[in-house]
Amino acid sequence: MTRSLKSRLLAGLLAGAVQFGVLGFAFADTTILNVSYDPTRELYKAFNEAFAAKWKADTGETVTIQQSHGGSGKQARAVIDGLDADVVTLALESDINAIVEKSQKIKPDWRTRLPNNAAPYTSTIVFLVRKGNPKGINDWGDLIKEGVEVITPNPKTSGGARWNYLAAWSWANTKFGGDEAKDKEFVSNLYSHVPVLDTGARGSTVTFAEKELGDVLLAWENEAYLALDEFGADKFDIVYPPTSILAEPPVAVVDANVDAKGTRKVAEAYLEFLYSKEGQTLIAKNHYRPSKPELVPAEDLAKLPEIKLVTIDDPVFGGWKKAQPYHFADGGVFDQIYKPAQ
Amino acid sequence: MSTARGSFAGWQFSKPSVVPGFGLALGFTLAYLTLIILIPLSGLAWRSAALGWSEFWAIATDPRVVNSLELSFGASLIAAAVNVVFGSIVAWVLVRYRFPGRRIVDAMVDLPFALPTAVAGIALTSLYAPKGWLGHLLLPLGIKVAYAPLGIVIALIFIGLPFVVRTVQPVMEEIDREVEEAAATLGASRFQTISRVLLPGLAPAIVTGFALAFARAVGEYGSVIFIAGNLPFKTEITPLLIVIKLEEYNYAGATAIAAIMLVISFFMLLVINLLQSWSRRRYG
Repeated sequence: MTRSLKSRLLAGLLAGAVQFGVLGFAFADTTILNVSYDPTRELYKAFNEAFAAKWKADTGETVTIQQSHGGSGKQARAVIDGLDADVVTLALESDINAIVEKSQKIKPDWRTRLPNNAAPYTSTIVFLVRKGNPKGINDWGDLIKEGVEVITPNPKTSGGARWNYLAAWSWANTKFGGDEAKDKEFVSNLYSHVPVLDTGARGSTVTFAEKELGDVLLAWENEAYLALDEFGADKFDIVYPPTSILAEPPVAVVDANVDAKGTRKVAEAYLEFLYSKEGQTLIAKNHYRPSKPELVPAEDLAKLPEIKLVTIDDPVFGGWKKAQPYHFADGGVFDQIYKPAQ
Repeated sequence: MSTARGSFAGWQFSKPSVVPGFGLALGFTLAYLTLIILIPLSGLAWRSAALGWSEFWAIATDPRVVNSLELSFGASLIAAAVNVVFGSIVAWVLVRYRFPGRRIVDAMVDLPFALPTAVAGIALTSLYAPKGWLGHLLLPLGIKVAYAPLGIVIALIFIGLPFVVRTVQPVMEEIDREVEEAAATLGASRFQTISRVLLPGLAPAIVTGFALAFARAVGEYGSVIFIAGNLPFKTEITPLLIVIKLEEYNYAGATAIAAIMLVISFFMLLVINLLQSWSRRRYG
């Protein structure tokens, strides 16, 4: 009798210990995975540290954030095919839309769940030129001058490259008063000045900065500043064209994954923290344009000059849902640029 | 490689052997091949079957696809041919001569096996880019290597070399020096000794090396992508076109191109294998 009671007690104790142990384990080691695109490495490295500290202070829980970086489209495909991402922070709205449509892992209303169309930071496309700008490249029209070589990645494989292409298109559209045939001609002409189509934005930066190929690199603003830091400010200049495009890299919680893992609360807090004063300041420090500049100290904004920025929702493009298939789908405008070799 | 030699007329499944376990070994072989090769490949066929025949045909005859196939298979054939000639010479030197540093050279041959192909691609591009060490010497001569088809061939030669050397080398080691000496004493010239005495024995191994180097080159992506320039109709290889289709979320299109590549490769390897068994029957 006593023996059986004792053993029952012991068993109960053990079960409780195991249960609490498991719970304790879950509390101590919440891990979330942020699947992002290539140029955000440095930003999220800094941001993850800040968020982990804040989460610890607010809730007492330890959270570990794992990062995955790669081409935006490739990352979206990985999530569709089952990569266990809690949040996605990609280069293009159309990549998140692809996750919505092909896997239903993100609910269709994702763009309205966070401020500013779920884009906590924006960026733009600038020119990185050789020191002193020897070829005098100041505007999009200068890119097709005789003897100018332009480095930009393949819009088919790189999200950043799509913004480059669209920025050039929008400039041409204003210049030629909306004559689409002339826009096409300009963009074709531009790509005939491109000697190499790398598969990603980082690849193009290396081609331009390290292999010293080409006269101008069409680059993400933050990538251009990184190149200055990395390869030396004495080698390159950043040129801001009078107009460019407003790239709005969006973020979203992957609903199906956070519900399965029970990480919704921390994943949502993680994305919301991007919009906080601390998050926005880190964003500006990493050369992205904060969506709430009023939260950021003025000295961190100084490096991001005001230029005229066209958005993807401008009538020229009509939003990603229209621009993506029109320009970049199989047989779209970009494919028409390249003709068989004679 | 020694499959086609059994007697077809007899249809004898199991040959009497001192080592038992035929059933177990065959079962294991079939299960293993199914798991490793057959299931992934049937997945490929299944995915591309999502396309109708007319769509499949449209992809197969798309000028851009045809162009990339010509480039991929053409560059691979050239690279494999170059490797056969120079790989055989390397193997010969390693087998026949003793010189200081031979072991180091021997080990170096394997490096392209071990190196991640992207690293090889970046290294070759740095070397042959217009401002690179070799590139800036070649450019005044009008030779453009990086970002041109020639660069693709060079990358494929690099990754294919060990396949030829390592298949030819052991066969060369088996060759008796006395055979050459006999040929010489019987009045054969040096050229005759090589072409009529040495090469016939080596032919099957060389053909195998060629097939391996060729097959490896056709599927190569990592190193080529850095040196090719990737311009449609000029330097766009088929594997890149597959990646582009995937970026468009066009899985069926991607697998269709992959299936086309696979069929062409299969027939080329089949021809090579037939050639090999023919040469073995003739000389072996």
